[in-house]
Amino acid sequence: MISDRIFGAVVTLVALAYIASATQIQTSFLSDPVGPKTFPMLIGAVAAICGIIVVLRPDEDPEWPQLQTLGALVFSVIVLVCYAYALKPLGFLLPTAVTAAILSYQISPRPVPAALAGTGLSLGLFAIFKFALGLSLFALPAAFHG
Amino acid sequence: MDLFANLAIGFGIALSPFTLMLAVFGCFIGTIIGALPGLGPSNGVAILIPLTFSMGLDATSALVLMTAVYYGAMYGGRISSILLNIPGDEPALMTTLDGYPMAKQGRAGDALVISGVASFTGAFLSTIGLMLLAPLLARVAFQFGPAEYFALYMLAFATLGGIASNNQAKAAIASCIGLAIAMIGVDNNSGLPRLTFGNLHLFDGIDFLVAIVGLFAIAEVFFFIESHGKNTSIGVKLDKVRIPFKDIISTGWTQLRGSLIGFVAGVLPGAGASLGSFLAYMGEKSIAGEEGKFGTGVPRGVAAPEAGNNAAAGGALVPMLTLGVPGSGTTAVLLALLMTLNITPGPTLFTERPEVVWGLIASLLIANFVLLLMNVPMVKVFVKVLSVPPWILLPGVTMISFVGIFSLSGSYFDLLLMVAFGVLGWVLRKLDVPTVPIILGILLGGHMEDALRRAMVLSDGNITYLWSSPIAIGLWVVAIAGFVAPMFLRGVLKKPQRVSD
Repeated sequence: MISDRIFGAVVTLVALAYIASATQIQTSFLSDPVGPKTFPMLIGAVAAICGIIVVLRPDEDPEWPQLQTLGALVFSVIVLVCYAYALKPLGFLLPTAVTAAILSYQISPRPVPAALAGTGLSLGLFAIFKFALGLSLFALPAAFHG
Repeated sequence: MDLFANLAIGFGIALSPFTLMLAVFGCFIGTIIGALPGLGPSNGVAILIPLTFSMGLDATSALVLMTAVYYGAMYGGRISSILLNIPGDEPALMTTLDGYPMAKQGRAGDALVISGVASFTGAFLSTIGLMLLAPLLARVAFQFGPAEYFALYMLAFATLGGIASNNQAKAAIASCIGLAIAMIGVDNNSGLPRLTFGNLHLFDGIDFLVAIVGLFAIAEVFFFIESHGKNTSIGVKLDKVRIPFKDIISTGWTQLRGSLIGFVAGVLPGAGASLGSFLAYMGEKSIAGEEGKFGTGVPRGVAAPEAGNNAAAGGALVPMLTLGVPGSGTTAVLLALLMTLNITPGPTLFTERPEVVWGLIASLLIANFVLLLMNVPMVKVFVKVLSVPPWILLPGVTMISFVGIFSLSGSYFDLLLMVAFGVLGWVLRKLDVPTVPIILGILLGGHMEDALRRAMVLSDGNITYLWSSPIAIGLWVVAIAGFVAPMFLRGVLKKPQRVSD
């Protein structure tokens, strides 16, 4: 109940903000009867109405994870964000091994298999991408190959 | 006859060694993707698209490879349904109802063979159906103006939201999220940026592949982290695989009926394979009645959903190729592939690029025979694949997703966006908001707005032009019926629960 009410309210607010920013769209002198603003505003309006409907007629609450699991999820997201930043400057092998090992540990908390999975995936996927598919990936940090 | 001339062109392309190799390879990868729980056809195809793109395949080859994967995944989904009681993909849910009980009775091999043959019947007949129906529909589609297209897009969103989800308001919200995302970027008509908030990364808009991979593949990883891989139940052992001729022959009519129902369900835009397998199973169940003993492990209960599921897979290609409106989640992903390859689906595709269409159809016919061979005599190979534990599989999927998206643009911004879509996908699925309409919205948003604007230019701003032709009125009526009717049919359409041990 409460989850859906919050969700509906968030959708409505975001939709209103979307409509507000759609009114700021510049129109060019070469305009058609509809113009670039109408369709986005229409979408925003439909979303806002549906958001209100969800607030008024919510479904049952889903089973949200416990605090500990939620922590694990947030941690995984942070790791993935770091991975996104690290992939280019640090090369493929090292960040991939670390990230894959952490994710593996999150799914099944056994350190040794997780570390092996990380290393194996990093090396194996690098070989597939580089040599079988011919993608241009750098194995090592940028500093090593100038 | 035109048809045979076209098929000759098609087979000319499909039988070239390279294309043939791609089809076989695609079937193999597809069956693995389908069999692995947690990697369904839509996210499997989604993570492979960036890779095919960076391999530099031409349009026909890429399309052949990916549709072979798509068909393969539909075949493969049954393997984990029968052996593990976990549907390998969503449409395979119905196969667990009779497949798993059969496996527990020690008839796992029989169930796999029967369902494999039923898959073949469904997929083969629906490919023939595709061959016959698609050119006809393409001819009708020539009459479509902007008003008809706008109504057709409404129909796709309405049926998808109405039939495939439990809550219409939430499905509509999902469609709006997708459409709203599609609006970001430079406006086609005026050339001015819209809703980019001055962020240069957003000027090109948001790449649909980023959204698809995030919503499907990355979100799945979060679900596995949440459950700590606990959902892996202990499977049933597979002994000798023999061919149960008696059961295959006795389920013949079931397979044919299932194929027909599945094909029709697949052709409806937005309905897709899940509906096909569901209707095929429920239809057979009501024909058989009490004596059919559906749900206790009968061959007909395995044959019906598999025929329906695979027939729907072929049927869903009809609206995708002729109208550019996908019939299911996975065909939405295939549409994304077409758009990436700069192919505009629609009636002109049949006249201007016949080699693409007929090469694809011929490859699908060949792929079906390859898949039958792989899924009946060689099924044991794929059963081995099921023993890959999720703690290796899911990190692997994540890494492939990252590399795939990274190889598209080489920018960290797209990767961050992908992670964000993953989080969004997890939250939305938790709240029972379907994510397929989001994909459809992102894919079709631009076209839908264009159709509306062109219609309004033609009619000089007169809104009634949108429902002025018989075709448009028909589409609107079906759209409204498809959205509203499921509210009243909810009791009838209730999906049966999975069998528990």
